[in-house]
Amino acid sequence: MAQLTMVKALNLALAEAMRENPNVLVLGQDVGQDEGVFRVTEGLLAEFGSNRCIDTPLAEAAIVGAGIGLAFTGFVPVCEIQFDGFSFQAFHQIENHVRRFRNRTRGRYTCPMVIRMPYGGGIRALEHHSEAPEASYAHLAGLKVVIPSGPRNARALLRAAIYDPDPVIFFEPKAIYRATREEVPDQPETLPIGKGRVVRAGRDVTLITYGAMVKTALDAAEELADEHQVQAEVLDLLSVAPLDGALINQSVRRTGRAVVIHEAPRHCGVGAEIVARIVEDSLLYLEAPVKRVTGFDTVIPYFRNELTYLPDPGRVVQAALETLRF
Amino acid sequence: MPRELLEIAQRVETLSILSADGQVDKQLEPQIDQRDLLELYRTMLTARRLDERCLMLQRQGRIGTYGPSHGQEAASLGVAYVLRRDDWLVPTFREAPALLWRGWPIETWLLYWGGLEAGNRAPPEVNDLPVCVPIASQCQYGMGIAWGCKLRGQGQVCATFCGDGATSEGDFHEALNFAGVYNLPLIMVIQNNQWAISIPRRRQTAAQTLAQKAIAYGLDGLQVDGNDLLAVIAATREAVEKARTGGGPTLIEAVTYRMGVHTTADDPRKYRKPEEVQEWEPRDPLLRFRSYLRDRKRVLTEEVQKEIDERIAAQLDEAIKNYERHQPDPLEFFKYMYAEMTPELEAQMRELEAYLDRKKSGK
Repeated sequence: MAQLTMVKALNLALAEAMRENPNVLVLGQDVGQDEGVFRVTEGLLAEFGSNRCIDTPLAEAAIVGAGIGLAFTGFVPVCEIQFDGFSFQAFHQIENHVRRFRNRTRGRYTCPMVIRMPYGGGIRALEHHSEAPEASYAHLAGLKVVIPSGPRNARALLRAAIYDPDPVIFFEPKAIYRATREEVPDQPETLPIGKGRVVRAGRDVTLITYGAMVKTALDAAEELADEHQVQAEVLDLLSVAPLDGALINQSVRRTGRAVVIHEAPRHCGVGAEIVARIVEDSLLYLEAPVKRVTGFDTVIPYFRNELTYLPDPGRVVQAALETLRF
Repeated sequence: MPRELLEIAQRVETLSILSADGQVDKQLEPQIDQRDLLELYRTMLTARRLDERCLMLQRQGRIGTYGPSHGQEAASLGVAYVLRRDDWLVPTFREAPALLWRGWPIETWLLYWGGLEAGNRAPPEVNDLPVCVPIASQCQYGMGIAWGCKLRGQGQVCATFCGDGATSEGDFHEALNFAGVYNLPLIMVIQNNQWAISIPRRRQTAAQTLAQKAIAYGLDGLQVDGNDLLAVIAATREAVEKARTGGGPTLIEAVTYRMGVHTTADDPRKYRKPEEVQEWEPRDPLLRFRSYLRDRKRVLTEEVQKEIDERIAAQLDEAIKNYERHQPDPLEFFKYMYAEMTPELEAQMRELEAYLDRKKSGK
């Protein structure tokens, strides 16, 4: 077992898959010689050569479009988009083709590819480098959308994504790329895509979240326990498409109260889907309306206001207490 | 320092072999065996008749909006003729002649325009992609396919089609740029039919030709008379051979004319003059090739023509009849979203199924 950061864990997942399956390719801007702007692709060019770890010209739509054609010819492309905010350059290829080809051709041509990118705020980056666009992708049937929360699950989920026969958008929360280390087993492991997990058990209120906000929710849960004697259950969804509605409802039926947390803006965010699922399945179990603690319906501000924008443990605690005082 | 003209290595050439008035450049005339000549002619004529039938079917409400290839038959057919079965073909929606050559059943073509995904089913023996609607987007995955062919190292090439309108889209440029950087076995064929719905070629780009856009990406460009089947075949042979032997990509601009409507939802009388269409009539690829086969090669006798006409009519009748037997499965669109249906999607499908059952039994 090694203590790895998320970057190292993702790197491990890529290297393992590339060693096992000669059809796995990595392509993107600066992924080869420069080893990726966050070093996620470190060592891959040296080990696998330039036909498998490919530095591309600057064109996101071409990176994804190339991936589609490479997939048709039997490769498993792992396309890197350098930052979340630039994925929109490739969005039409993803919507028009990546997510549609299996359906369009009734399975004759498919896109078993991964499109991965650094995601979310919290590192004082420039404009367009801190976006949380997962709802825009989750809304496109035909895609899977995965958001790990730590090194071990990042390695397992990226492995699962690479081997998934369907296209996976893989959002890597950059705020936690290097924030923590975790024991990651030497033996490869996967996690099923579409299943979340309980990361903290509790009976009073369910905090539902993913990505970098899992830590925020856990910090809030600690504060709730220490200062308010409230035991919060924390769910880490790990995937927003498919969404683990069963896990969410099982928990909310026990606690009767829920707070959804995500950095992405509120309007039509994944939180809205979660609230809908709870209301559809567990209305009579609710003791209070479900609260959402999210980014605001604004453009994500430049980094001097970043921490004001992003949900913090205090906002989560406040929302949780509101469900208890309803 | 004196100003000098910068010498660019890439070249743009134009090619024409069989002119509209029947002159043949004997030096450039490609060798094509008699059986193929007749088969090419038959395919071209089938495509023409198929278009006519489809326009009628659309008016009768038996298929939906239709996009004809009338007048452009040589530009796609010539390309398909040169490809090996295991080469890849990436069409838009105006390559029926090419797809027919590759063995796509007429019925399948009708299914597509008739609103059924079964119309996307390529014959198993060829590596063909289905119709692509979003303009120029296919250039990207065509480039990706060529890349895959290069990595596989089995000498396969990819011919990708686009139109003059497509050459304004970013996807066209990005794809050619990547093709140049990686030296891909990509043959990008522009069917320049002079119109992108109502936008004429001269307002699509200020560039003098479309073929010259190759130069910007380090590629050679070749402008051919797209209504000259022999020139299209010769140009494609050259480009395919070059690609197959590691020589990289070529951009071919096939100069042709959209004799008909953009689609049946379009009225060209609003933006172009009938005189212009009339000017192009003598340049019809079908007329030209027919004369070549009848008068020069002497393989198209009246008897053979009659046989071909009868066979085409019968095939079209049969295909239309078979097409009209198809019924959509109302739950089919749930079944191919993922390799394995998600529980949520399955629940939605069951809900719809129950609703449709109740509707059917009148509850």
